Amino acid sequence: MNTLPFNAVFTLAWRNLWRNHRRTTIMLAAITVGVWAMIFMTALMRGMVDDMLLNSIRSLPGEVQIHHPQYRDDPSINNSMPAPSDNLLAALQIPEVVAWTSRVRVPAVISSERDSRGIVLLGVEPSSEIAVSFDPDSIIEGRFLEDSNDRGLVIGAKMAEHLETRLGKRVVVMSQDPDNNIADRGFRVVGIYKAKLVSLEETYVYAGRDTIQKLLNIENQVSEIAITGEDYRNAYKWYPQIKQAAGESVDTLPWYEADAYLGSMMSMMDGFVLVWVIIIFLALSFGLVNTLVMAVFERIREIGLMQALGMRPAMILYQILLESFLLLFIGLLLGNVIAVASIIPLQSGIDISAVAKGMEMMGASSMLYPALKVEDMVLANIIVIVLGLLTSILPAWRAASYDPIKALNSN
Amino acid sequence: MSSVICKDLCKTFQQGDEIITGLDKVSIEIDKGDFVCLSGPSGSGKTTLLNAIGGLDTPDSGQIFIGDEQIDTLSKGELADMRLNNIGFVFQSYNLIPVLTARENVEFVMQVRGMPAAERSTLSHSILKEVGLEGLEDRRPAQLSGGQQQRVAVARAIVSQPKLVLGDEPTANLDTHTARQLMDLFVELNQKHNITFVIATHDVRVMEYTKRLIRMEDGKIISDEVQSPLPLGDGYKDVTGRATHDAKAEG
Repeated sequence: MNTLPFNAVFTLAWRNLWRNHRRTTIMLAAITVGVWAMIFMTALMRGMVDDMLLNSIRSLPGEVQIHHPQYRDDPSINNSMPAPSDNLLAALQIPEVVAWTSRVRVPAVISSERDSRGIVLLGVEPSSEIAVSFDPDSIIEGRFLEDSNDRGLVIGAKMAEHLETRLGKRVVVMSQDPDNNIADRGFRVVGIYKAKLVSLEETYVYAGRDTIQKLLNIENQVSEIAITGEDYRNAYKWYPQIKQAAGESVDTLPWYEADAYLGSMMSMMDGFVLVWVIIIFLALSFGLVNTLVMAVFERIREIGLMQALGMRPAMILYQILLESFLLLFIGLLLGNVIAVASIIPLQSGIDISAVAKGMEMMGASSMLYPALKVEDMVLANIIVIVLGLLTSILPAWRAASYDPIKALNSN
Repeated sequence: MSSVICKDLCKTFQQGDEIITGLDKVSIEIDKGDFVCLSGPSGSGKTTLLNAIGGLDTPDSGQIFIGDEQIDTLSKGELADMRLNNIGFVFQSYNLIPVLTARENVEFVMQVRGMPAAERSTLSHSILKEVGLEGLEDRRPAQLSGGQQQRVAVARAIVSQPKLVLGDEPTANLDTHTARQLMDLFVELNQKHNITFVIATHDVRVMEYTKRLIRMEDGKIISDEVQSPLPLGDGYKDVTGRATHDAKAEG
């Protein structure tokens, strides 16, 4: 069997591609815009989902959490556990762990002279809490806690509004100790914070961890240990080491298991990206098939001639597929370049405060940060090339199947 | 030695409800270096026979040999290889690949055969010079006249020294002067390279150039005569037998 050298097929495919400049340019524009839309919209959606996930993960839970085995069913003071020691402390030094903190986290009631509200009281060690979740820049009045013995209280702006209290005023926090006795204490409001989500301002109240341990009579006991790494997507790689060190007496869970809803969002997003890319491709494929069918239809005589001269049908198929590949490749190249060029300037954030309320309901903030992921670009490119070539098989196969005499005699 | 042998070739076509006989037990033998004309009116079967010899069409029955190879039993791919290695085609309507230059068109078959670029280039340059297209190598078909395009097609057909060159009405779209030049070229190549030519035509003027005239009618060979061809440069005569104005002027 004779094999046609690649450069001969390439020359034919390339020149045939540009035979009808206008048609090829229109098709290229369609592929470019389609690929751009795939990547750009995926980056926006990824950015939104990333933001929602990070808001949820970084707002408190961390990427890996350790709790008393019953804590998740009953988050009361009775389901506390000892602060980390020995093996666990050593495991928390692995390079994948960026920061960790331990907290007392109990339901409580906060009262001012005007109102009372149910809250989640957090007894924290300020420096490690800042490293894991709390943004010190979110303090809009006063200060954050200075150490775990700090006797002040940091509340959300919305909570201050509900309680009609302000910085420097005293409030009372009431909870239960392990013996079910009421434990209450007066605190001075030393800081007011503003969170991305109003619901967080209404829920979480921060106090020094040691102060809360003394209040609740749980010396050296904590409710949870929260750990963060470099990238929440990689938590699955390192959390088993932490789990092993923490032992069987506690629950060690990555964020996607601790919060199944959050966990499903990531895989849901992956599925959504795939569906989105395929839908755009399907729209493109009509144009692609039409272009190739027309290109083949216009060249029936030539195809017959090439067969008469001794070109095997497989080589005709190869040539038409190469033509399709070149069209797709150029479209992909342009689409990728334009997508990257349009996303990079937007990575400092797109202000979507006009729809901030709606975004907040979904757990996202009012700034949207497009997240350009290499994996998404690779997926879009692979889908366009693979499905594009599959779509091109029909016109290419038709071309290769022509009877040379009929093809030569066609007009 | 025979270049082509056809034995009892039969071929029918369905046209609507009608069955048309293309070839009816046609048997011929063509020697190497022969210059044969298949003539006859439209529908006589000359093109059908030419296509069968060229492996473009398969007969319903009968056998075809090109050299020692029986081709009527070959698959589509094997026929493509056989055409590539043994046969050169010159068609009525030039049939060049429009996106390739004259040189690239000539090199196409050699490229498909996997010939190295340097060898291809030398051969294509020399053959284009031989057919009088030196200096026009890099022009695309659309930039060449009909006669020049047909010369490119001839160069492509003979460049790789095929066993057989088949021409289907090669002069049909050419003016008298150009047709004369083309036939002169065929005769010259036939004599110089000892290539076997089989030309299907109903143009009586072309027939005078050939060494052997096979007349067909209704799919049958009705006569097969050896004749004395016109000497080279004698001119391409019109139907009255007079030399054309161009021929006289150039003669």
